[in-house]
Amino acid sequence: MTETAVAVPVAGRSLWEDAWARMKGNRAAVASTFYLALIVFACVVGPWLTPHGFSTIYQDYVRVPPSLSHYPKPPTIEKSLQAVASRARVELVDWKVEDGSIITKVGAAKPIDERVTRYFDRSSTFEGAAVVEKSSNGQELTIRAAIERHYFLFGTDNVGRDLLTRTLIAGRVSLSIGLLAGLVAVCIGVIYGATSGYLGGRIDEVMMRIVDILYSLPFIFFVIMLVVFFGRNFVLMFLAVGAVLWLDMARIVRGQTLSIKRHEFVQAADALGVSQAGILGRHIIPNTLGPVVVYMTLLVPQVIILESFLSFLGLGVQEPMSSWGVLISQGAKNIGTATWLLIFPSFFLTTTLFALNFIGDGLRDALDPKDR
Amino acid sequence: MLNYVVRRLFSALPTLFLIVTISFFLMRLAPGGPFNQEKGLNPVVKANLERQYNLDAPLWKQYLDYLNGLLHGDLGPSYALPDFTVTELFKAGLPISLQLGASALVLALIIGGALGITAALRQNQTADYSVIAVATAGSTIPTFVIAPLLQLFFGLTLKLLPIGGWGGGDVSHKLMPIITLALPQIAIVARLMRGSMIESLRSHHIRTARALGLSDFSVVVKHALRGAVLPIVSYAGPAAAALLTGSIIVETIFQIPGVGRYFVEAALNRDYTLVMGTVVVIAVFTILFNLIVDILYGVLDPRVRYD
Repeated sequence: MTETAVAVPVAGRSLWEDAWARMKGNRAAVASTFYLALIVFACVVGPWLTPHGFSTIYQDYVRVPPSLSHYPKPPTIEKSLQAVASRARVELVDWKVEDGSIITKVGAAKPIDERVTRYFDRSSTFEGAAVVEKSSNGQELTIRAAIERHYFLFGTDNVGRDLLTRTLIAGRVSLSIGLLAGLVAVCIGVIYGATSGYLGGRIDEVMMRIVDILYSLPFIFFVIMLVVFFGRNFVLMFLAVGAVLWLDMARIVRGQTLSIKRHEFVQAADALGVSQAGILGRHIIPNTLGPVVVYMTLLVPQVIILESFLSFLGLGVQEPMSSWGVLISQGAKNIGTATWLLIFPSFFLTTTLFALNFIGDGLRDALDPKDR
Repeated sequence: MLNYVVRRLFSALPTLFLIVTISFFLMRLAPGGPFNQEKGLNPVVKANLERQYNLDAPLWKQYLDYLNGLLHGDLGPSYALPDFTVTELFKAGLPISLQLGASALVLALIIGGALGITAALRQNQTADYSVIAVATAGSTIPTFVIAPLLQLFFGLTLKLLPIGGWGGGDVSHKLMPIITLALPQIAIVARLMRGSMIESLRSHHIRTARALGLSDFSVVVKHALRGAVLPIVSYAGPAAAALLTGSIIVETIFQIPGVGRYFVEAALNRDYTLVMGTVVVIAVFTILFNLIVDILYGVLDPRVRYD
């Protein structure tokens, strides 16, 4: 080695360090990243923290509006009480609410069996019912029962399930489908595009012609045929949807590959006897990752929209599971009576889509070498 | 020119043929058939039905028969709606979808174009940022969220417009579907227009026009717009084809008897002929509008030659 080879000690910045610095400067993208993290965290952890199961049905609270205070409200208490009384075949004589429990006097023409308390326990409004006082002839009982308090911050749906829990569970489904199908599409697209671009010639020609033909088929037709094929098994279906969305990715990666393969380091690797698969995996694909990452962040919202669209048509996720599309379609059917069923899921879906788009734009600006 | 159009139409035939062929066999690969859904259908009845519709013939023969019908303009009978032929269904539904789609397209081009030009002329000012914000919102919020929110606001809160239905085609029933269809398009057109207008305003011939003392209006409308409109034209072609052949979401939410719903319903019912009919109609529209785009390109940009 001669002295000419002494390297000047400049701390080089890699593409990714550079991109990271730019990304931090983009306020919309940073805020969106935090927001998205919050949504993901809420959807993953939230359903365990809420006091309701996503498929638990509260018959006494069908379509109750969102409220920060607890349920039941007095009119509901009276209604449930009357329902209990009629099931137990007793008359309501008197009732009052006293620090979280209800004290009620019931009467009947015949002596009442003390086991009527069971009817109270069976109702989702009351629990721990017990007889406090019994009249001498047994025709009147005073029963004390604790009122089960529930919070429905987002209200409940048509059959009385907590909308907050369902929205979070739906978010889990929507986000994981977006990620899953996005990953499938990216994997197929990257491998296909890189192979086609690297091999070139006749093979490239044929492979790209296949992509063109698939492009010209009506996209919705393709998706619906897949739904028809795979039935309503959503994991399979979204693997299939991912398998349809790879076309753009393949074109982008092919274009990148065509320019990368002319670089000297690829020739050097070839000259050193690295196999074609090795060159693809070690040298070409890693160098296409910039646009791939950008495209992937923009693909995830597309998949989420597509999934919601299919669910909206009733072809996607099936009950009692849920996705934002399912919830929005239920909301759309009930806008006359229960607007919250539309508002909350729409808000979650739309803000998530915004966040993903801002992150995608931010990444594109950060990784775009033309801007340097 | 005429020569070019004819040649283009002929060169579209192989594409159309390929689309029809792939769709035909893809659909037949799907399990089930048009008469499998009804429970307990007598096998003899089913066999008769299948014979009547030529479904008992070998697949290749059905395919050739279908192609033969297609060449004679016959799209076949609908299986799920036995009283109608596919052609009749399109005759009934297509005008409705066409009306909505065309209105939405015109609206999108005018409003989106105007917004885009305004934003480009006031680059990095408040007007520009508001247009960008509107465009981002319009292209991010999905149609199936916009539509029910419009119903909620205009139909139920303000009680200005009917929530749905076609109502014989009066304006009040058309308004919300058209707005829903147009909003995302407005967003995209505005964004495209802004970008290409900014570029066009920077070009040399605009500087020359300004230096010659032409009025602002004349510079923008006569000279800059002509160059800036090309990307819009190439976007509008496929968009027009998609809009005019109906939207599943909009027609489902607003209960409109257009052709947008045929696709999903037919595919689920294995109504083979109706699915094929829809595929053919969409493909023909797409090919036609791509041709129109190419012709318009030549009109707008004299450097493009038909050869």
